[in-house]
Amino acid sequence: MSAISVVLVLIVAFLAGMEGILDEFEFHQPLVACTLIGLVTGNLEAGIVLGGSLQMIALGWANIGAAVAPDAALAAVASSLILVKGGQGVAGVSTAIAVAIPLAVAGLFLTMIVRTLSVACVHRMDAAAEQGNFAGVEAWHIIAIVMQGLRIMLPAAALLFIPTETVAGLLNSMPAWLTDGMSIGGGMVVAVGYALVINMMATAEVWPFFIIGFCLAAVSELTLIALGAIAIAIALIYLNLSEGGGCGTGGGGGNVGDPLDDILNDY
Amino acid sequence: MADKKITLSRSDRLAVAIRSTFLQGSWNYERMQNGGWCFAMIPAIKKLYPNKEDQIAALKRHLEFFNTHPYVASPVLGVTLALEEEKANGAPVDDVAIQGVKIGMMGPLAGVGDPVFWYTVRPILGALGASLAMSGNILGPILFFVLWNVIRWCFMWYTQEFGYRAGSAITDDLSGGLLQKVTKGASILGMFVLGSLIERWVSINWTPVVSTVQLSEGAYIEWDQLPGGGEGIKMAFQQYLSGMSLDPTTVTTLQDNLDSLIPGFSAVLLTLLCMWLLKKNISPIVIILGLFVVGILFHVIGLM
Repeated sequence: MSAISVVLVLIVAFLAGMEGILDEFEFHQPLVACTLIGLVTGNLEAGIVLGGSLQMIALGWANIGAAVAPDAALAAVASSLILVKGGQGVAGVSTAIAVAIPLAVAGLFLTMIVRTLSVACVHRMDAAAEQGNFAGVEAWHIIAIVMQGLRIMLPAAALLFIPTETVAGLLNSMPAWLTDGMSIGGGMVVAVGYALVINMMATAEVWPFFIIGFCLAAVSELTLIALGAIAIAIALIYLNLSEGGGCGTGGGGGNVGDPLDDILNDY
Repeated sequence: MADKKITLSRSDRLAVAIRSTFLQGSWNYERMQNGGWCFAMIPAIKKLYPNKEDQIAALKRHLEFFNTHPYVASPVLGVTLALEEEKANGAPVDDVAIQGVKIGMMGPLAGVGDPVFWYTVRPILGALGASLAMSGNILGPILFFVLWNVIRWCFMWYTQEFGYRAGSAITDDLSGGLLQKVTKGASILGMFVLGSLIERWVSINWTPVVSTVQLSEGAYIEWDQLPGGGEGIKMAFQQYLSGMSLDPTTVTTLQDNLDSLIPGFSAVLLTLLCMWLLKKNISPIVIILGLFVVGILFHVIGLM
């Protein structure tokens, strides 16, 4: 790998690490991170395919409240580096996916460590605030972000300098029953993410909508966009109807000048 | 006093919005997003409070605990900016009121942001991008990245402006039912989409063979009877399209049986099981690793 590639890989890894905590630009999403790693190492197509496949697994991973999701950043960056070093191109995607999951768990522990270290940064920020030192507050915040970036960049650098043969040999030594079994497990793991959200959102009132969504999804002619549109329509209808009911029983008070009414009326 | 009213200009507010992009940078287990929040408020604090003591007080005030979904922090920032502006101009807004507004808004708004962004917009855009990407199409990642960031930035900037304009009035507004409606609408949307995603994307395939039926003559393609070359291929396709089977036997797996009852049934059962385990306070990571072990075991013994 050329020196420029190495530098670019490290930059991508750094961005992914930062985003793993910021969750803003989404550089850490496999779709973006794997593509970028593929791009800078000259394996664009394999990177895109891996990114797409990993993204499907990672769709339900999200940081909710203080809970931390499996780490998409390390999974995406490290598995695409392994893919590139294995040198099998698109054919190596399924093995790369299988190693991505343990990596996501490893990344999770790393981010938990950094999030604990950040407590120290915040205490320095307190001290800087005490003196009205704006630059100090800003600097410690930025240091914390840099730590998150290094969290992915350092493992990526380590991977780069492990010889290709070792990585390829390690991957080839994985027996078929293990990789097949892991991909079967991967098909089921998605359910955990969904279960997390349902536990958060579910009330007796909204369960029927889950059932409708589940049944309609079996109609394979409906694309996800169509399902989304149906969902929005049903939500709007339900809100409008329940509002009408509320007016009847609740005396119709308090709904005057409601901004959502205006929005809904505009449709 | 009234002659020198300090206001935050559009560019001040823009500076805050841009900094709020780094809200979660120093996320920590003690006060969570407090560092990022203070970092975002700094341009406003500098503008509003010329003397050192007020600056120190404001910095400390904004290093208090805060945690919400990173994008819906924007309307909270907007409201806080309006409150700070009032305070800087001598209105009796105390620290408790500002902290109260922040804490009061962050919980319910996180309840909107998480389902809307993490479980509706991102899965939909992600799935759209991923389905393109899996065939090696570069448009997949580009589409995802561009659409996501356009939606995100528009949301952050306009809700922050909305919060700023609404000022303290937003809290009345939200208690007047709008927030409940947005939350309920988002939950409906979320539950519907989750139902769909579970059917589509949780893949469980039970492989045990339930029955093997020998088909009668004429119900399957007799490959050795076909003419050679292109003619044979053409005939095979015609026969296949007319409903003839490829093999002389029909193999029915457990999965085929389940699919003819309810497609995706095992997926829902698995999801319900996961929900139950999570409610028992079993860590998601343990469940994920467990599912991998189950996947490998069931594959080895031929169940999946």
